[in-house]
Amino acid sequence: MELGFTTAVYIVAAVLFILSLGGLSGQESAKRAVWYGIFGMALAVLATLIGPGGGLWLLSAVLIGAGGLIGYQLASKVEMTQMPELVAGMHALVGLAAVFVGFNAHFELGNVAAMDDLAKRALEGFAALLAKKSPVEINILRVEASLGIWIGAVTFTGSVIAYGKLAGKVTSAATKLPGGHILNAAAAAVSLLALIGYLNSGGIVPLVVLTVMALFIGYHLIMGIGGADMPVVVSMLNSYSGWAAAAIGFSLGNDLLIVVGALVGSSGAILSYIMCKAMNRSFVSVILGGFGGATGPQMKVEGEQVAIDADGVATALEEADSVIIIPGYGMAVAQAQQNVAELTRRLRAKGKEVRFAIHPVAGRLPGHMNVLLAEAKVPYDIVLEMDEINDDFPETDVSIVIGSNDIVNPAAQDDPNSPIAGMPVLECWKSKQVFVSKRGQGTGYSGIENPLFFKENTRMFYGDAKASLDKLLTMIT
Amino acid sequence: MKIGTPKEISEGEGRVAMTPESAVALQKLGHECLIEAGAGIYAGFSDAAYEEAGVVVVKTAAALWKGADIIAKVRPPNATEAKRLNKDKTLISFFYPAQNEAQMVKVGGQGATVIAMDMVPRISRAQKMDALSSMANIAGYRAVIEAGNHFGRFFTGQITAAGKVPPAKVLVIGAGVAGLAAIGTATSLGAMTYAFDVRPEVAEQIESMGAEFVFLDFDESQQDGAETGGYAAPSSPEFREKQLEKFRELAPDIDIVITTALIPGRDAPKLWLADMVAAMKPGSVVVDLAAERGGNCDLTVADEKVVSDNGVTVVGYKDYPSRMAAQSSTLYATNIRHMLADLTPDKDGLINHDMEDDVIRGATVTHDGKVTFPPPPLKVQAIAAKPKEKEVEKTRQELQAEEIAAFKLQTRNQVTMLAIGGAIMLLVGAYAPASFMQHFIVFVLSVFVGFQVIWNVSHSLHTPLMAVTNAISSIIILGAILQIGSGSVLVIVLAAISVFFAGVNIFGGFLVTRRMLAMFQKS
Repeated sequence: MELGFTTAVYIVAAVLFILSLGGLSGQESAKRAVWYGIFGMALAVLATLIGPGGGLWLLSAVLIGAGGLIGYQLASKVEMTQMPELVAGMHALVGLAAVFVGFNAHFELGNVAAMDDLAKRALEGFAALLAKKSPVEINILRVEASLGIWIGAVTFTGSVIAYGKLAGKVTSAATKLPGGHILNAAAAAVSLLALIGYLNSGGIVPLVVLTVMALFIGYHLIMGIGGADMPVVVSMLNSYSGWAAAAIGFSLGNDLLIVVGALVGSSGAILSYIMCKAMNRSFVSVILGGFGGATGPQMKVEGEQVAIDADGVATALEEADSVIIIPGYGMAVAQAQQNVAELTRRLRAKGKEVRFAIHPVAGRLPGHMNVLLAEAKVPYDIVLEMDEINDDFPETDVSIVIGSNDIVNPAAQDDPNSPIAGMPVLECWKSKQVFVSKRGQGTGYSGIENPLFFKENTRMFYGDAKASLDKLLTMIT
Repeated sequence: MKIGTPKEISEGEGRVAMTPESAVALQKLGHECLIEAGAGIYAGFSDAAYEEAGVVVVKTAAALWKGADIIAKVRPPNATEAKRLNKDKTLISFFYPAQNEAQMVKVGGQGATVIAMDMVPRISRAQKMDALSSMANIAGYRAVIEAGNHFGRFFTGQITAAGKVPPAKVLVIGAGVAGLAAIGTATSLGAMTYAFDVRPEVAEQIESMGAEFVFLDFDESQQDGAETGGYAAPSSPEFREKQLEKFRELAPDIDIVITTALIPGRDAPKLWLADMVAAMKPGSVVVDLAAERGGNCDLTVADEKVVSDNGVTVVGYKDYPSRMAAQSSTLYATNIRHMLADLTPDKDGLINHDMEDDVIRGATVTHDGKVTFPPPPLKVQAIAAKPKEKEVEKTRQELQAEEIAAFKLQTRNQVTMLAIGGAIMLLVGAYAPASFMQHFIVFVLSVFVGFQVIWNVSHSLHTPLMAVTNAISSIIILGAILQIGSGSVLVIVLAAISVFFAGVNIFGGFLVTRRMLAMFQKS
């Protein structure tokens, strides 16, 4: 197949990828958008397989098929509540692939350099490309390959840790080795030295050092970030995997890799930015881990938490005309979304106005709650964003907080010393009554006391969210 | 401990301080309950109902006062009852220590402990035992019902085949608990409700109940209600003049006036004067909830209903809660129960009179043979409402100027960024070889396209977006495929692993996205 033809297919694929991302702006067009992505990917892989430079295409096809089978199994079995883990885990695969491809570029370079002129002329594809390079170009190629390896390695260990934290296999608290950021900085400095060493010598040792350092940074960076910040971390890793692909694209001289890598990289970066803004925190402070230090003693919380049983909640719901439900990570953990949806259906059948208020950082992934509610068949037009619904709380009879904590913490507005001061929150305490479904009296993920629970119009509905709702559903028919 | 509730002696008092329901709860705290025969009869609780709830019914008051350690009742004790309070007894009731000083000293001298329900401090934690509020709530509701009783027309406006009925106009003066309850009741009956209060910060509460706040154009920084425990403070003479002027202006239009204005420890201020009553339409009604302290209306006669010369009915009853004895007893008994729950922290039937506790300390007026009234200031501040700085409305010019400034700033930022970006590009271009620049252009443009495209993605689709970008990032497979044809075994192996991983990712990523998107559906 001609090079021109491959390039043409690449252009088509790139356009399809852009359309695919752009189509996600609406729920309906999103369904079409996925197909654009799938076709784009299929075209790109096919064209590369049969295009110039490809070899052993049968082996490739078999491997893709085998990988695809595993991917299919994974994706069709996974529970929607485990989505964050899955996405984080798959980032690790991309990162690792980028590392391997980067190393291959190095080996090929070595192989080609060892050949004499005659052999070079006989080369094909990638090797042929390498053979034509001038010394300056080779150095640039080395920078690109090591960049790809470095980012890929950070993505790999980072994603593995993020996966562990989300799956509960690694402690979700922010833990750092002694030395903290200085260790990271040192590792980055060593990486830079290794890069310079590699450029001068072209040997494999500096490259390995660089990889090890990157692996360590990925591990240590993500270990230092608390579980509550995982949405930002996952989208950040997503961004990294894109940049890694772009860097590899440079070293291979493949435009489609560059285009798609840049698309993914920039989209992940924007997503992280949007989420940090929603939490009113700077990107740097999230990445460096932990909440910004409090500037003074936190306000003392007065009053007591008043408990209520399912009976009381049911009565209040019977009397209410308008209800707003605020789901959080606790709902996902308890797998309570089906019950929430059932409650919604029953209340709506009685002519009550039921809506959902979703905070931008609810859950462990951006849009996590939307996906869970969609899984439980909650219609998406009653699921509203914070800005759309925050003004409606004063006219609402009952707000139900299910497994969320920091995103409904009034201290963010009232207490300038609170670690989350200034973060926009859902003002559910303005509604006439608030029920909080919560496991027990403890503080939430971030360990910040929540004055909402002590307000006089708040009643605590203790217990596992799913069990509580089960009980509640028997009383509401 | 034995908790006893006698029959209320004062005439017309229908309330009772213990209900069968509250008795059950008290027994759970480890207490025993006694009640005088017939105590709950006006509130609709028979002796049999009490017995069923495990309460011992005692025949006479004397036996009850003798048998009980804690006496829970409604009204302050009269002279006979006060005599019975020896040093083993604790009394929980309304006491009004400031107006009742002689008796307080006497009872204190006898060694009895008195907990005055009217002295419970107004802090959030103590709301469940705030009997003044729960009674005021009933009074406010009842005031509207009384008014409706004497008012010859509908509250709500109607257009019927038999003609048009205008809605009643109700003015509520004083938006405390009683006032707010009255507003709520009147509004839900369909009346057009107006409300006034000297504390401007309650305007929001008034409006939340569905009434219109009567705004007084008077420039005086009012004392912050929060500093006086949420109660109103006396106002200056100028302010009062302005206020009366406003009422005079409203009087001819108003059908029903409900006055609830009280200032703690003082006579009720006169706010609805004789000339205002005279200006009202015949058939109108004034209900004065402050009659016990002399009334807010000039014409009010305590405990009576009078009709003015121009046919305006002025109701001055003092016992609104007692007129709804069933409801008020239930609420009052619950207040008492919460008080006892705080006094029995271990639920073992033993009283722990903790004078360090703000609520118990505040409500206790005599203890251990000493008068402990007035209480020291609260350790915890009451309602922490800071006066808000009023935002100055911006003029059009200012808004425009701001907009222009913002636009300029944006332009400057963008131009700076473009300039820096362009300079970096030039720098790279000066050194890098042409082949690199070709790819670099593609890279920069793609980043740009990515930024533009992603801004529009709706928030709810962020997870699918992540899954799609994840799937797409397996484009790295192209690199692996290009390398797999190499001669070196090591390269082939690494490339093969990469192809395999990327394959997992492609299928997994897209499938997950499709599963997610298939779930989004419209109602």
